[in-house]
Amino acid sequence: MLFDAVGPKARRRIAVLTVLSILLTLGLVALAYAQFYQSGQLAPSKWAEFYQKTTWSYLLKAFGNTALAAAGAGAIALPLGLFLALGRLSRAAWLRWPCTAVIEVLRSVPLLLIIYIFVSGLPPYGINPDVFFKLVIPIGVCSGATIAEVFRAGILALPKGQTEAAIAVGLTPAQAFRLVVFPQAVRIVFPALIAQVVILLKDTTLGYVVSYGELQQSSKVLVASTGHLVQTYLIITVIYIGMNVLISNVASAVDRRMAGRRAGSVTPKAGGQDATDRQLSTIA
Amino acid sequence: MGLLLTHYLGTFAAGLWVTAQFTVVGFAGSMILGVVLATFRISPVAYLRAVGLIYVEIFRNVPLVSLLILVVYGLPEIGITIDYLPSVMIAMILVGASFACEVFRTGINAIPAGQVEAGRAIGLSFFGVLREIVFPQSTRSMVQPIVTLFIGVLLSSSLAGVVGVMDLTAQVSYINNREALGLTTFLIAAIIYATIALGAGAIGARLETKLRVLR
Repeated sequence: MLFDAVGPKARRRIAVLTVLSILLTLGLVALAYAQFYQSGQLAPSKWAEFYQKTTWSYLLKAFGNTALAAAGAGAIALPLGLFLALGRLSRAAWLRWPCTAVIEVLRSVPLLLIIYIFVSGLPPYGINPDVFFKLVIPIGVCSGATIAEVFRAGILALPKGQTEAAIAVGLTPAQAFRLVVFPQAVRIVFPALIAQVVILLKDTTLGYVVSYGELQQSSKVLVASTGHLVQTYLIITVIYIGMNVLISNVASAVDRRMAGRRAGSVTPKAGGQDATDRQLSTIA
Repeated sequence: MGLLLTHYLGTFAAGLWVTAQFTVVGFAGSMILGVVLATFRISPVAYLRAVGLIYVEIFRNVPLVSLLILVVYGLPEIGITIDYLPSVMIAMILVGASFACEVFRTGINAIPAGQVEAGRAIGLSFFGVLREIVFPQSTRSMVQPIVTLFIGVLLSSSLAGVVGVMDLTAQVSYINNREALGLTTFLIAAIIYATIALGAGAIGARLETKLRVLR
């Protein structure tokens, strides 16, 4: 809290500011409504298809494809991320440097560029997978680099004493990692991994570019047949927001729960800031 | 490679120029709107805090592709016509600001409450506390997140191609569809993006060491 307990003068000022900002909000809403109304976009006929069951079952199927693409990308990203993280943390330079380079490069090149490589860069070399893979492989690879950094932060967050103690009781370094460090690191990064699902879902909207029938692409198809552009894209966007808000909040709730549980013992600095930090690099 | 230099150097440069504009304007706009939103989120006015929270929840969770499509194709449908470039910038800033807001908020919240109370105890006002105590310290912890934000804006600008705006990524794809140059064009574009992103990261790292306070 940056402000003191409010006195009478401050309370008056807060009341005035509240009223002013509510009026401003109402003004903006009214303006938006007027704009929609005047352009005729609010006419019931323009929303007609959303009262039909067939539209929703079509969108449900599209959502199935969105989930499939996200799951497929996740299936690539998780093992790849773990491998890259371990590689970057490895003491062997021949493994550490390439893994570091791959992570850094993947994190500084746009996902869409990699998708385009799969769409038009690789086919001349005889690499021409199904459109699903042209979408899912780039997403999985990019996300893998992000997840690698998440894992790495989780592993580094554990006190060194954990490894030292494990080796002291006679475990090999590999066993120490597998039995002591890894299980704890996974718990630390778990909320961040849930938050990563939001990024995967956002990334699948690029199915719009490669014509893979996920939600965004399917809404384009819907618009092509109904012509109700604003309505369709508005509803689809709201669906995405709803879905992602839900997942983000689950991630934060898990984060808070786990932070409470490890209070007093291990307080990882890397996992300390909430899951949003890690989303930053993937604004899209 | 030769063909690329003789025929498509202009195309390439045009794409790079668009990407540069998106990145600079998108980043600056996100920072400015982000400061406003962060002020909302820490203000004593409950209503403004709620507005800030709802804004961040919405725009941090919206896919930029969906928002770009809605802004670029949707706004003309309700009678608001804006050029392509500004439309893309608006969508980028709307999303970027929600992330910027969280960067600032996290940075401010990292300052121990006792410091703020001490500031108030010596008679500083709300903005006085922010200016004299919070900002000088939080800027240090915010350098790295801000660099990450910049890189995020740079990379997200590539999505402009989705709505038909010819940025670097879109131009590269266009050149490749016409000439089938294989991976060369993509590689050059990737190197450009990576250079900017890694360069920004390096500058951020230097800035961080410079701002570091030794205790």
